[in-house]
Formats: sequence, C-alpha cells, structure tokens
Amino acid sequence: MTTTTVNETASAGAARQAPVLPRLLPAAPEDLRHHLARYGPTPYRGQAGQLISDIETSGLTGRGGAAFPVYRKLAIVARARGRKVVVANGAESEPASRKDELLLRAAPNLVLDGLQLAAEATGATEAHLYTHYGPTPEILRALAERAAASLDMVDVTITRAPPRFLAGQESALVNRLGGGPALPTFQPPRVTERGLGGAPTLVQNVETLAHIALIARYGPRWFRAVGTSAEPGSMLTTVYQPDGRCRVVETEIGAPLRTLLSSGPETRAWLVGGYHGTWLPVPQAAALTLEALTLDNGTLKKYGAAAGAGVLAALPSDRCGLTEAARVVGYLAAESAGQCGPCLNGLPRIAAGLAELAGPGHRRQTRADVERWAGLVEGRGACNHPDGTVRFVRSALLVFAPEISLHARGQCSATNRRPFLPLPDGFPTSEEDWT
Amino acid sequence: MPLTLETLKVNPIDCTGHGVCAELLPELVSLDEWGYPIVDPRPVPPQLDREARRAVAACPALALKLMRK
Repeated sequence: MTTTTVNETASAGAARQAPVLPRLLPAAPEDLRHHLARYGPTPYRGQAGQLISDIETSGLTGRGGAAFPVYRKLAIVARARGRKVVVANGAESEPASRKDELLLRAAPNLVLDGLQLAAEATGATEAHLYTHYGPTPEILRALAERAAASLDMVDVTITRAPPRFLAGQESALVNRLGGGPALPTFQPPRVTERGLGGAPTLVQNVETLAHIALIARYGPRWFRAVGTSAEPGSMLTTVYQPDGRCRVVETEIGAPLRTLLSSGPETRAWLVGGYHGTWLPVPQAAALTLEALTLDNGTLKKYGAAAGAGVLAALPSDRCGLTEAARVVGYLAAESAGQCGPCLNGLPRIAAGLAELAGPGHRRQTRADVERWAGLVEGRGACNHPDGTVRFVRSALLVFAPEISLHARGQCSATNRRPFLPLPDGFPTSEEDWT
Repeated sequence: MPLTLETLKVNPIDCTGHGVCAELLPELVSLDEWGYPIVDPRPVPPQLDREARRAVAACPALALKLMRK
C-alpha cells in the first residue's frame, strides 16, 4: 500500500484571514515565520479560565476518538488547585491513522499554540508532548524557534509513546509519562482529577489542540460555520481507497461518506472509525442510505458506528473482508494489556474463532462461540479495548456473513490475497514494548 | 434503615478470579466461563447489604468495591 499522506485541497490563505477548509493543514509544512505571518502570535488571554467559555460555545469535541466535550475537561482541571499538567497526545497508536503525524509535521506551531493556551486556561505549569515518533526534527525546530521568540509560557517535555495500540489511552499515557509502562489503570479517579504524579492532568489530542488555537483566534462562531449544529467544525480523516491510496483529508463533520470513500463496484465494504470501529456494507448503503450516511456521530450511531479518530477505509472488492477482519482482530487481541481477566481470556479466543471462520471450513459452534465471548468481554475492561474490539468483531460477523457461509464450504470470494488494512511492522510485538 | 444506593463494582485489573464473591453473594455475582465475576449492575438491595459488605471484605485481591452512584 502506498502512503502519500498529502492534503489535496490545501490552498494558501491570505495572511491573518480566518481560514476556510482546510483549517488545520497548510499546503506545505510551515515554520514559525510562516505560522506567525498567517496567524499572528499565540493569542493568550492573560488569565486562567478565560478561553473556556469560548471553547464551550464552539462545541469542540476531542478528536482523539472519544469525542468528549473539550470544555468539560478544561473546566475540571481549571477548577482544581495546586500543580496541574497539560498533555498534547499525538501517540496515534491506531495503526491505520496518519493524521496526527501529518498535523505535527505540517503545522506543529498550531498544536503548540493550543498546548500553551490549554495550559493558560487551566493554570497548568507543566506541559508535555507525547508522540509515536518522539522528538522529530520538525518538533524540535518548532520548539527552538518558539523559545527564541519567547512565545511559550510553559516549557514542553517530549516523550515517545511505545508502539502499542493502547499507548495513547489517557491513563496509559499518564503512566508512561510517570516513567512506568503505558498500561491503562482502572478509573475513577479520572486523570483530570488525579493524573501525572497525582496532579490534575488535561490530556488532549494534538488535533484538538490545533482547533483550540484557531478558536482562540477566530472565535466560536467561525468554528461553527462548518459541521453540524450538534458536532461543529472540521476533522482530520485518514482515508484508504480501494486502489490502496492513503490520504489525510480535512473534512467538515457531517460530510456524506460517499464524498470521502469510494462506493462503486470496486468497493466491497466500508470500515468507519478504525480498528475499534464498524464495518458497513456498501451495496446496502448504496441502496438505502448513501445520501443519508454522513460523517457525524449523531448519524453514525444509527448504524452502530462512530467516527472515532477519523480512520475511513473502502475495502476493495477483490479482497476478503472476513480475512481482513480476522487479521485485525488477531492484532487487537495481541494488543490487550492482559490486565483484565475477561479481555485477557476473551480476546485471544475471539481472534482464534474469527481466524477459524476465515479459514476453510469451521466447526458448527464457532460463530456462536465468538458471539458469546464478545458479550462476555463487553463492558468488563478497565479501558475501552474490549468494547471497541467487540464493535469491530460484531460488525464483521454481520457484514461478512455471506463470506462466512462461503468459507464454511471451503470457498472464498477474494481474488487478491495481499493484506489491505495496515498493521504495524514487527507485529506481534514483545512483552517488553510497553515503555 | 436508609435505602442504600451503592452498587458493586469490580476493579478488573486487581481481580484475579478467586471467585470468593460469587460464593458469598450468589444473588448478585456470577462467574463467567473463565472464573471472573459478573456483577449485577443494579443498586444492592437493603436485605443484601450485609452480605455485600462481607463479600467486599473477603475479596483476596481487594478488587470488589461498593460504590455510590
């Protein structure tokens, strides 16, 4: 699969003008000089808490996948006393997602502006950047340029996220920043109440912080000019087309999915929301809901789906969806932290069951076993890994039911056996890779 | 006696599947096929309050909690 991660629709905006789409991604990576020419300096408010009502009015939700209202986390940390911490989360541990990586490369100063503004709004005196790639040249350069220009009020510490699916989960992130392994812990207390070293900790996805940096400049009304009224704004998506191309595209929330994803005969199924996401059958979608199926959680919920961190894939019709799903679930099972009994026991069994269904012939009870195990792990983990995995598995069983029948008779509809959905190199990873 | 509004919660990381809770409180706790507890999500009824507290105290992993909604 080729990965271009370019932004096709970028256009250079006039200096200091509120941007239309794309809002976040410049045509080419921007250093601090370009950033200042386009946006001006970091718009500090001069007082903690000042930005939060604008963020509330904007309706901004977290872009890391959970879509939690941003102002609420800001307000909880702002209200707390004593030492406080803010973290820019660019772990992007979802292997198919490339948007945070691209954003950090193309517009690092927007993210860093957002981090400083979040620190000011919450009264935090400690800031971290947590990324899959650690201190890249672009980030180090941006931080050095900002230091030379005395832009930042709080120093930023960079920590590399281990290459694990759960590394970006909030409590796992806090544990890693604290020097331990990136393993989730049982909540409550939430990290906003007791996080890094016990301090109330605000963790926001890097894209969320970039949106904060723009809302602080152009205001909530500008932010709400695109998107739906319930889910305003734009979001970055990582889009895989049947021809194997991968693109990061900034799109308005609520955009029809068919404007983003191929829906022709070359497409077998859609995967919406990544590996904790949902398979949707395209032919059915074409007949019934192609117009109605839009990229917003209000709509996607009706189809059992969610936008997640914006990973969208159109599986080509020459591939077997069941085989693809079994590969991904094998990965997800291996990525269980192994801390909670139901996940530790259930996910490998679910993965083995799916692998059996994806093979030639299977035992009569296997499908029912997978469904029962799915029910047994759901809602019983310290983090959402079992629940997300179950959503992916159940939708695969539903959408690829005809394929299961074919495989039971020793057949498969695929004409191309090459894996389509990306999994990390070196998977499965070893036990020691949590730090 | 005031109506209790506490519910049983398992910390799934601490829980090691001893199964003591299901033995002491079968009305509210059953075990899955791997020996891990499935607890009734509804508030603990007053007549089971004492048994629930006993099960919480008896958990060898200190993984069973009574939490206020």
